[in-house]
Amino acid sequence: MIGFKRASFDQGTRWLTALAAASIIVILGILLGIITYYGWHRISWEFLTSAPTHGMTEGGIFPAVFGTAALVVIMSVFVAPAGVLVAIYFSEYADRTSWFYQLSRQAVNNLAGVPSIVFGLFGLGFFVQFVGKGIDRAMYGGTLHYGQPALIWAALTMAVLTLPVVIVSVEEALQSVPRSFREASYALGSTKSQAVFRVVLPHAMPGMLTGAVLAVSRAAGEVAPILFVGAAYYLPQLPTKLTDQFMHLGYHVFILSTQSPDVDATKPLLFSTVFVLLALTFLLNVVAVVIRARMRWAHRSV
Amino acid sequence: MVTATVNRDFPKLRTNVTQAQPGLDPGRQSTEVRVQAKDFSLWYGDRQALRNIAMEIPSQRITAIIGPSGCGKSTFLRAINRMNDLIAGVRTGGELLLDGTNINGRDVDVVALRRNVGMVFQQPNPFPKSIFDNVAYGLRVNGLVRRSGELGERVEEALRQAAIWDEIKDRLHKNALTLSGGEQQRLCIARALAVRPEVLLMDEPASALDPVSTAKIEELIFVLKSQYTIVIVTHNMQQAARVSDQTAFFLQGELIECGGTAQLFTNPSDKRTEDYITGRFG
Repeated sequence: MIGFKRASFDQGTRWLTALAAASIIVILGILLGIITYYGWHRISWEFLTSAPTHGMTEGGIFPAVFGTAALVVIMSVFVAPAGVLVAIYFSEYADRTSWFYQLSRQAVNNLAGVPSIVFGLFGLGFFVQFVGKGIDRAMYGGTLHYGQPALIWAALTMAVLTLPVVIVSVEEALQSVPRSFREASYALGSTKSQAVFRVVLPHAMPGMLTGAVLAVSRAAGEVAPILFVGAAYYLPQLPTKLTDQFMHLGYHVFILSTQSPDVDATKPLLFSTVFVLLALTFLLNVVAVVIRARMRWAHRSV
Repeated sequence: MVTATVNRDFPKLRTNVTQAQPGLDPGRQSTEVRVQAKDFSLWYGDRQALRNIAMEIPSQRITAIIGPSGCGKSTFLRAINRMNDLIAGVRTGGELLLDGTNINGRDVDVVALRRNVGMVFQQPNPFPKSIFDNVAYGLRVNGLVRRSGELGERVEEALRQAAIWDEIKDRLHKNALTLSGGEQQRLCIARALAVRPEVLLMDEPASALDPVSTAKIEELIFVLKSQYTIVIVTHNMQQAARVSDQTAFFLQGELIECGGTAQLFTNPSDKRTEDYITGRFG
């Protein structure tokens, strides 16, 4: 009898855990199902390439797609070098017992835990008010150029937000480079930086790119950080310079669902916009997988 | 004799001194002591891995280091090019001299040391680059090539020395990882030779290879000894007996016995050496 009880408890645990796993599939299925069902039929070339019209109840979402793309590209320009440098320091140079390493490691961990809305406020206070206004005072005699929400400040804010993600994934990529390659390099009389730049970095490249793309895909979906630093409610023309404001897919979803003058009329547009946002994010994840697979193949170790 | 060597070779290891070309010195005495350990000890943190080692390694000879796993033979080998520096918490005591200079001395440039003391590892570890770029790596990072065309010549010279040129001369720009294990290891030897080191350290260079490849490597080692000082760590006693002139037996971090290979294998002076080579343990 005791044997039977233990066996049935074991079976129960198995079913409970499997059920928990199944619920994930169900949630994702419902989410994608509803969005695809309501969003799919409005997707057209015109929807993707035209600006919103009639108080955002008609037309397309091109300015938002363009704004989102511009945001993540500019963000990447800032976050990639910064993240790679920090990761190289952590992985290759830092003395793990030093107070400086411990402190900077904790800083990265804590930065990763800061809620995204707080980054938005930080961006407003630091980039827009402090840096932007400072530039205006110094270069333009106080006339407003940089001291207002703009694409550049949104990109920088987003760069700070994604920095921990980039650092951690680049670091993992560097750590996965076999020790034997480093040793081979040192044994030939290379300096540390030569070993890092000629052997470790090329070998870590697939992992680093994957990490970078994942950071970008995370940034593409974030709305809270850019609320105060550059995203526009409605701006049919595209941004042409770094100090322009811009429309953003995620923010546009928020606007359509809560701020629209005619919520019922915007509902179909809303689902389609969400669909595009999701598709964009998934696409980036696919790109990451493809890069990893291709470069693994090119760099296959035996 | 050691003092004379000090005066001649001391500057080689120091910083900011242009590199001489070791390994090709025609006036070198064949009985010169190239590496000398004097009361040399090494600790990994609190654990002592080498205890008061005293031995001499002559140039243009092959010195084999044998002993059971964990005896410190690889640690000693890796002390000669300071590869152990890469491990946190390593410290040394006593002296380890290369051409009379203490390699753990303050003013020693470890990069220059490693250029003079090449190393071949247990697992073939070519870079995932072309065959050519693998051999050229050491020349490039050390800026050893001045004239255009010299790079190709030095690469060919190294590949010929490693007796692999004829096999791979038509695929120099193929990825080195497409080679077989034995070819990869000879490529790694060529890569080490390209920078013209004085000393070549080999850490069980054939242990991951099949018997045919192993025979090729051993043959190669034998040929190379006329130009280099070779130190080979092996767990394979037959191999030590076949290739080396001098053999050192390590046990639990101590050097038990060091002498001529024939002498050590036929008439060891220490009971523990005898027990090990007759297969009573290890």
